[in-house]
Amino acid sequence: MMSYTVSMMPAAVMNGLMYGSIYALVALGLTLIYGVLHIINFAHGALLMLALYAAFFLYSILGIDPYLGILIVVPGSFIFGYVLYRFMIGKLAHGKDQNILLITLGLSIVFENMAMLFFSADQRTVNLSYSFETVDLGFVLLSIPKLISFFASLVICFLLWMLMSMTDLGKAIRAVAKERQGARLVGIDVDKIFAATYGIGIACLGAAGCLLLPIFYVDPYTGNLFVIIAFTIVVLGGMGSIVGALIGGFIIGITESVGGLILGESLGQIGISVIFILILMFRPNGLFGGKT
Amino acid sequence: MAISISRWVQMGLLVLAVVLPLAIQNNFYLDVLTIIFFTAYLGQSWNILGGYAGQFSFGGVMFFGTGAYASTILWTTYGIPPIYGVFVAILAGAIVGLIVGYASFRYGLRGSYFALITLAFAEMLRIIANSVEFTGGGVGIFLNFEPSIMNLQFINARGFYYLSLGMVVISIIIAMWLERSRFGAQLIAIRENEDAAEALGINVLRSKILAIMIMGGMGGAAGTFYAQKYLYLDPPIAYSIALSVEMLLVTIVGGMGTVFGPLVGSFVLHIVTEVAKHLIESPGLSLIVYGFILILIIAYLPNGLIGLFKGLSGKRGK
Amino acid sequence: MALLLDVKSISKSFGGLKAVSDASLSVDEGKIVSLIGPNGAGKTTLFAIISGFLGADSGSVFLNNENITGMKPHRICDKGMVRTFQITQPFASLSTLENIMVGAYKNTSLKAKAKQKATEVAELVGMTHLLNTEANSLTVAGRKRLELARALATDPKLLLLDEVMAGLNPSEIDEIVNIIKIIRDSGVTIFLIEHVMKAVVNLSDYSYVLNDGVLIAHGTPKQIANDPLVIEAYLGQGAAKAMTKNTPTKAKASKTSKKGGKS
Repeated sequence: MMSYTVSMMPAAVMNGLMYGSIYALVALGLTLIYGVLHIINFAHGALLMLALYAAFFLYSILGIDPYLGILIVVPGSFIFGYVLYRFMIGKLAHGKDQNILLITLGLSIVFENMAMLFFSADQRTVNLSYSFETVDLGFVLLSIPKLISFFASLVICFLLWMLMSMTDLGKAIRAVAKERQGARLVGIDVDKIFAATYGIGIACLGAAGCLLLPIFYVDPYTGNLFVIIAFTIVVLGGMGSIVGALIGGFIIGITESVGGLILGESLGQIGISVIFILILMFRPNGLFGGKT
Repeated sequence: MAISISRWVQMGLLVLAVVLPLAIQNNFYLDVLTIIFFTAYLGQSWNILGGYAGQFSFGGVMFFGTGAYASTILWTTYGIPPIYGVFVAILAGAIVGLIVGYASFRYGLRGSYFALITLAFAEMLRIIANSVEFTGGGVGIFLNFEPSIMNLQFINARGFYYLSLGMVVISIIIAMWLERSRFGAQLIAIRENEDAAEALGINVLRSKILAIMIMGGMGGAAGTFYAQKYLYLDPPIAYSIALSVEMLLVTIVGGMGTVFGPLVGSFVLHIVTEVAKHLIESPGLSLIVYGFILILIIAYLPNGLIGLFKGLSGKRGK
Repeated sequence: MALLLDVKSISKSFGGLKAVSDASLSVDEGKIVSLIGPNGAGKTTLFAIISGFLGADSGSVFLNNENITGMKPHRICDKGMVRTFQITQPFASLSTLENIMVGAYKNTSLKAKAKQKATEVAELVGMTHLLNTEANSLTVAGRKRLELARALATDPKLLLLDEVMAGLNPSEIDEIVNIIKIIRDSGVTIFLIEHVMKAVVNLSDYSYVLNDGVLIAHGTPKQIANDPLVIEAYLGQGAAKAMTKNTPTKAKASKTSKKGGKS
């Protein structure tokens, strides 16, 4: 038993890294939204689920490979997120923290059950021609889709970093995050920036969905699985910290994988909840976060 | 506190509720009412912590599930009748409340962070229940149908109806007590402004923990009721997020921090559900409606339906 | 005269910034004592430490000879000391009466008794006509009074008032000054932070002056008004010298320091 664990460890770690990169992408959207809008987006999991379905239907109806589908889903997700915030969330919450909590919860209920209604509860997966191909690294076999997803999410994270640090939009977003009133005074349309930030956060989910579908599955409740994971990463890495989300993603991915190996599939999941609770109690700013 | 419904009307409705089963033989309607009362009861438990003390829990189901497992295991494994087991369930729920409350409030978690941590705790309990032997793991536990008062099981719908009616009446009495007691005023003060409450001599930590323990105890009893009626328990049922949501939903729709909010909300939501089911035959439609109602209420009627009545009758609104 | 509050050598730093340095003061029972000083001097920090909302790095606080250092605010309230906040903290959606009742509940568990006490206190501060008004709808002056009434309803021995006059116009200030005097006459000791010099001079039996976290002077208002260190703290370096050159009379000196005292 012990030797099985040891021999499977490298594979578990690799697996964790690869899933972790996608988790990081999911968490990035969440931490961005929190860092700028100061809201906790409870609809995050449900929106990931919608992205997964989008990728799925692009493939099953139009035959578009999910990795190419990114080019469609990401802009689409951005627009969806922008509109959702601009015309719904932003307007209806009247600025109270509690309200945003409940409205995003309400949205997640609506999305989940619409998916249930229109797509049924069946689990959907995609089987690409290369879904089962692997690369032999000697000490471990890596599945090709997971490998592609891994590198793709790193690239996307890098692109996001470039967006935030080098473009005007990115600068405006960072200005608003730091100092809302000041940003208004220099002429930045804060409401539009909020909506755009939310859109970018959902666009991250769009990308994550496309990268996740080939190595996972989707049903109306898939989102729930990722809610706790995403929040744990964000809290671990520090609310509002992009670097934190990335590193946190890897840590959690590996924890989940290794934990599953050692404790068994179902109990391994508990590690994440435990980490989440402990961080909230003892180090709510996370590893890299500065603000509360 | 008083709504436009006077005490006489409340008494009248109570009498009506008590004699109803004598007039209505149709089990279906009795069952619907039973579920309405049950959900209102759970909603009231959420209301104590969420509506009055202002701490929004997203994991309320954890008390329900733990209580259900407690009394069920005591019965199926040790032969202890549920009529005693329910007290253990209440205790179990209160203890979970104590632990979660201490972990959250002692470390200063509020608002969204508190909501998240309750979610995590509920999820943790679900995973544990799924992984250990004595809960039956993923397979769950089957309960026998042996109707008797001792087993809190009844041959016909009437028995469960009265039991749930009794529970919701007790929950309403608890809320009424809260509204006229010092403890209730302290919870409301905490909701409105924690620092000011602390400065005026209120032990905020202790009050919050007490509130969540009450919520926990109430939830535990609900778990026993459910298990004895539906005769099957497994982790997804015992710790379902849907129930956590429903608890808060009925209260918010009806009116947070009011005595009859959860009951009104429960009636409205279930009637809406039944109507929707008749119009369109599909699963999940009622839940979509729930989600929309939640959003609409938060956006336009944050004081819930009771708040609407208060406004219409010209009384001071929130 | 009994020593009610005894603050010994309190120090507090935030990061590298020393907010309060070795501050010691005392408040005798039955007196009105004020803590004054320019903006940013550390007055509210010191208050927060005394009332249990902030921990000190060193030093101790004694209330009625009992060491209350580090006690939580609600326990300190039990011991008889209660504070108000500079930025008012009403229970927004509750009425004035309900607000004050929260304070009254400290000493009774009965709603009727709390209501009675609250009504009495409301009358004392002149809010009887506002009892059913929602706290949200009160004016600034109303909220300040509510803050005062709420604290008073706990039957404190020592009342800490944090800039209760900020934002009030002159006639409102006069009213509050009167109310505070009435409160003191009913047996409550008062320790207040204040910027409004008129109030300080009218009310205080004794004053402490804090500047940059250090207590630079203390005495009766008259003594303080003439203290060169105090004048410099408010008006800048060399002001004392400049003033004694140009304003030889006592009366003029106190007028200038009153000007400097306004925020």
